[in-house]
Amino acid sequence: MKVYVPRDSAARSVGADEVAERIAAIAGPGVEIVRTGSRGMLWLEPLVEVETAAGRVGYGPVAPEEVDGLLAAGLLDGTAAGLGLVEELPWMRRQQRLTFERVGIIDPLSVDDYELHGGMAGLRAALTRTPAEVVEEVTASGLRGRGGAGFPTGIKWKTVLGAVADEKFICCNADEGDSGTFADRMLMEGDPFTLIEGMVIAGYAVGATEGYIYVRSEYPDAVATLEAALELAWGNAWLGENILGSGYSFDITVRVGAGAYICGEETSMLESLEGKRGTVRAKPPIPAFEGLFGKPTVVNNVLSLGSVPWIMARGAAEYAALGVGRSRGTSVFQLGGNIARGGILETAFGITLGELVDDFGGGAASGRPVRAVQVGGPLGAYLPASQFELPMDYEAFAAAGAMLGHGGIVVFDDTVDMSAMARFAMEFCAEESCGKCTPCRVGAVRGVETIDRIRAGQDRKLNLVLLDDLCDLMTDGSLCAMGGLTPMPVRSAVKHFGEDFGE
Amino acid sequence: MTSVSPHVRSPKECALAAARAHDGERGALLPILHDIQAELGYVDPEVVPVLADALNLSIAEVHGVVTFYRDFRSTPPGRTTVRICRAEACQSVGAEALVEHAKAALGVGFGETTADGAVTLDEVFCLGNCALGPAVQVGDRLHGRVAPARFDALLGDAR
Repeated sequence: MKVYVPRDSAARSVGADEVAERIAAIAGPGVEIVRTGSRGMLWLEPLVEVETAAGRVGYGPVAPEEVDGLLAAGLLDGTAAGLGLVEELPWMRRQQRLTFERVGIIDPLSVDDYELHGGMAGLRAALTRTPAEVVEEVTASGLRGRGGAGFPTGIKWKTVLGAVADEKFICCNADEGDSGTFADRMLMEGDPFTLIEGMVIAGYAVGATEGYIYVRSEYPDAVATLEAALELAWGNAWLGENILGSGYSFDITVRVGAGAYICGEETSMLESLEGKRGTVRAKPPIPAFEGLFGKPTVVNNVLSLGSVPWIMARGAAEYAALGVGRSRGTSVFQLGGNIARGGILETAFGITLGELVDDFGGGAASGRPVRAVQVGGPLGAYLPASQFELPMDYEAFAAAGAMLGHGGIVVFDDTVDMSAMARFAMEFCAEESCGKCTPCRVGAVRGVETIDRIRAGQDRKLNLVLLDDLCDLMTDGSLCAMGGLTPMPVRSAVKHFGEDFGE
Repeated sequence: MTSVSPHVRSPKECALAAARAHDGERGALLPILHDIQAELGYVDPEVVPVLADALNLSIAEVHGVVTFYRDFRSTPPGRTTVRICRAEACQSVGAEALVEHAKAALGVGFGETTADGAVTLDEVFCLGNCALGPAVQVGDRLHGRVAPARFDALLGDAR
């Protein structure tokens, strides 16, 4: 008999370890407790699942002190009153889980589980094709960078494939610093082999021999899971010399960041990987030509690389059939902040913001009206509920003066003071700016001061004009997205919530 | 538990050992500094010239890296480090109030250590627990839905 309890750090943060220990202590030796990733229904964590003939039956949220009662009521045979079949829950049924297809289901560090649930099919398929054909397949899938910029992954790979050099690199950007985003973390903790497989495919496709995963230090569980997964992958010839007998060799090293948000910017990340201060590089040259240690480098987000095995296994056409416009396939959306049902869900592009916040999320956790949502992290726009018809689509968001970013949505109820959030955007930029360019380094400090004056009622109209000018300058003059996009949350807050600025 | 484990090695020995452990790795200054901080609890300024010499870098380059990254501290921390998330998602569910509570309860500000050396308080921008905020990290351990009462309970365990 198997009982499943997540080992995801979000589930652990609300007591999953204690629940698993209590079940183990009283259930007896006939019960195997499997620690999985999280299904993504974080409001139900700790979510305990029990294997039955009909499928997995769920219970949650389970507090450690509730375990004894649930076991007495028949948890182990699935007859205690609970959530019913997990796969049949509305949250699960409405999704299309491709990148996350195994997360929450398998033991993340079981190579057998991984292969039984379709793992390595993508790499095996890739190794039967030429590198150029693999690049062509990824291009045809329409996959775009999930880190936020949305650049076509296949085009980036083609550039690196075509670059001539004695060595090339694959760098996975796992410096997921945006507030409201945690999909990278959940994939690394819940199905790390998918990321490893994606990186090996990328390496094969562009002719790289070495890869790095740059993980933020705020994610110690993800680091530990990745390190363990890499050991297992080496032991299975999924990594290292002569992968799966193909003659292709590729190695991966995990590098841990040190608390700098800016290192999520790709060139800062490369500087940091080289052992330097994480300051932004001027582009060109782009990393595809001169990246890590000056060599051609693919820099991709965790979710971009993690989507590649599915695309190679099932074909570009099936992936590209999903989505809208130029946003093809699925995206992993993350609901956070003041939300009744927070967590992650994967579905095709085109679902509306309102469907995510209201239908999946159930509105604000406080029970009060939702006033604002910030989409795409600290550099993304604040949107009012009147924009909930917006489809989740790169172009539709850009047209609305917003951005999808990494797919994170942070919900605020009607108690939020949007001038305080605008001030925080500038404060955050001042704190995290790498300092290389003046519009960002100095502009953010001036932004905080100007918003403080507006909030204090000092020459409001004039200072709002000044703030707008400053935002223009930061947008046009900054070296990277840190200074360049900080105006987005500021301006959207002024535009949609002018009353909070005394308008 | 009030005992502090004795440093077996001096900062200089620790730095040399860390540099040796990463010999041959390219761009390994961050992992080396992480190793040193894991052993000493902080990056003693004494290690800067040692590392510069071992890695063939200038003292300014090493100093620049140590001071760029928030994680690396130049003084020993308290026995437990508590970090409160102040990013947007946690703000939407009361992080700022929790910060005020924590500062009052501990009598210290961010980056400071209580007089008994028990707890260092700090802020952090996002722990990836955005659906279960306010989020707090005690040592390496993540906690979710940390209301002030739960914060006090966590602190009680830490002290």
